[in-house]
Amino acid sequence: MKILVCISNVPDTTTKITFTDNNTQFNTSGVQFILNPYDEIALARAIELTEGNGGSVTVINVGSTDTEPTIRKALAIGATDAIRINAPAHDAWFVAYQVAQYAKQNAFDLILTGRESIDYNGAKVAGMLGELLDLPSVSVIKKLDINGSEATVEREIEGGKEVLTIPLPFVAGTAEGVAEPKIPNMRGIMSARTKPLTVVEPAEVKTFSEVLSYETPAPRGQVKLVDAGDPAKLVDLLHSEAKVI
Amino acid sequence: MPVLVYTENAEGKFKKSTFEVVSYGRAVADQLGTSLTAISIGNVSADELAALGKYGAEKVLNVSNSQLKNFVNQAYASVIAAAADKEGADVVILSNSFSGRGLAPRIGVKLEAGVADGAVALPETAGNKFTVKKTAFSGKAFATVELTSAKKVISLTPNTYKVEEKGGGAPVEDFAPAVKESDFRAIVKEIVRATDKVSLPDADIVVSGGRGLKGPENWGMVEELANLLGGATACSKPVSDAGWRPHSEHVGQTGIAVSPNLYIAIGISGAIQHLAGISRSKVIVAINKDPEAPIFKVADYGIVGDAFEVVPKLIEAVKTYKASA
Repeated sequence: MKILVCISNVPDTTTKITFTDNNTQFNTSGVQFILNPYDEIALARAIELTEGNGGSVTVINVGSTDTEPTIRKALAIGATDAIRINAPAHDAWFVAYQVAQYAKQNAFDLILTGRESIDYNGAKVAGMLGELLDLPSVSVIKKLDINGSEATVEREIEGGKEVLTIPLPFVAGTAEGVAEPKIPNMRGIMSARTKPLTVVEPAEVKTFSEVLSYETPAPRGQVKLVDAGDPAKLVDLLHSEAKVI
Repeated sequence: MPVLVYTENAEGKFKKSTFEVVSYGRAVADQLGTSLTAISIGNVSADELAALGKYGAEKVLNVSNSQLKNFVNQAYASVIAAAADKEGADVVILSNSFSGRGLAPRIGVKLEAGVADGAVALPETAGNKFTVKKTAFSGKAFATVELTSAKKVISLTPNTYKVEEKGGGAPVEDFAPAVKESDFRAIVKEIVRATDKVSLPDADIVVSGGRGLKGPENWGMVEELANLLGGATACSKPVSDAGWRPHSEHVGQTGIAVSPNLYIAIGISGAIQHLAGISRSKVIVAINKDPEAPIFKVADYGIVGDAFEVVPKLIEAVKTYKASA
């Protein structure tokens, strides 16, 4: 089975987010970049699905050379090979379009993404890829099992879940529950250095969106403390002052 | 060139987020000086459909094809895009729900439209620009995105736009676009709903527990408080990682981002990743025995104390309040 896993390079989850250039650019100074946590789940499941059954896991990233440490990490975790589309990831449409061009020329049985990236949270690449490749797509999945040429997936819905069957090939956006992220071992780290990382130039594509500016949420006021012995006072404040109960 | 809104239902009943989306769509249509059409797919009663008029829809397209009884995003996206073409809609609006996240990107590609996901405010449409403010960095920031395409798709973050009743009736028109067989490759086998529980992304009130609760056996009081308040239960990442609670309850940067009116954090210290997921809550209450816990920096109200002593008293106080209300 040939699996394609889309990975993105995102700021570490502990990053305090700030901006420069009059709030038009994300301030990358001092920021550690990591493999998107949801993509780690997708990658871990892809490796499990190919282990013992033969097959391969190709990771694909749309990014400049500075994303290569993240790509090497994915190879160290166990991906077979890697593709980097040589362009900054402008937006989800740009990323999906580039990945779709590559996927059209290389038949995959399954394409996985994380459910969203933790920087732009668009959750759009899986659905856009499905549409561009005329494949079924399913987003925010919590479970993925494959039996022959058909998969069974569980999709999260508000207040519950849905179980679906889907014939291969298809595109899925994975969330927690699909697999436990894998930690690279020494052998993986050593072999990642020699695994193939192919750089592909991007296809031309129209742009549909531009980020104009950023802002951080307004700071909250001082906390109002209530005595631990008097929670009734809290209930009163939530009712009469905050008006939320 | 009307605005088109997709009205999501669960088992034939519109969700609260649907009324938010219709109200938001009404405001966008007013801003653009155009009309508002709603599309419903699935088995929704005529009365329920007509009620969309109350929130500002001027026309309702009803798709009741039995093949479309269950949500399959590929087929639903085809139907919604066909409706947008039929109505000549420039703007398509839907909820940034779990289903919406599957639909919006597919509709975006079909219409060659830029997609603003997770909108938290009305678009700005002055001049030639069409900009939308959306969440970014998992709740740690907002981004203002300009959609430069002729058509636009917006998915609205639940609980961020107020439901407004400012319309009358809306005629319901049957709509039966052709749908390809290949749109139905994914097949829904089973839908499991916890009917007695409030859904976390839609909840007005969320009661959440962290490692301070020491173990899954102590969650009874979290559930009792949530039930009393009509809210949903949630947890921090270490709790779901430890298997005390399901992943679907994990609130934070790599879990669900919530935007309730009231978020009560019990025994949660407030790691930066957790705070990211709760930053859009209107009011935050923290109960923690460590007065230095970062959660108190973002909380509106706080109690410094042992959760095992404070929460049972709080439950009693809520019961007393409810009995007197």
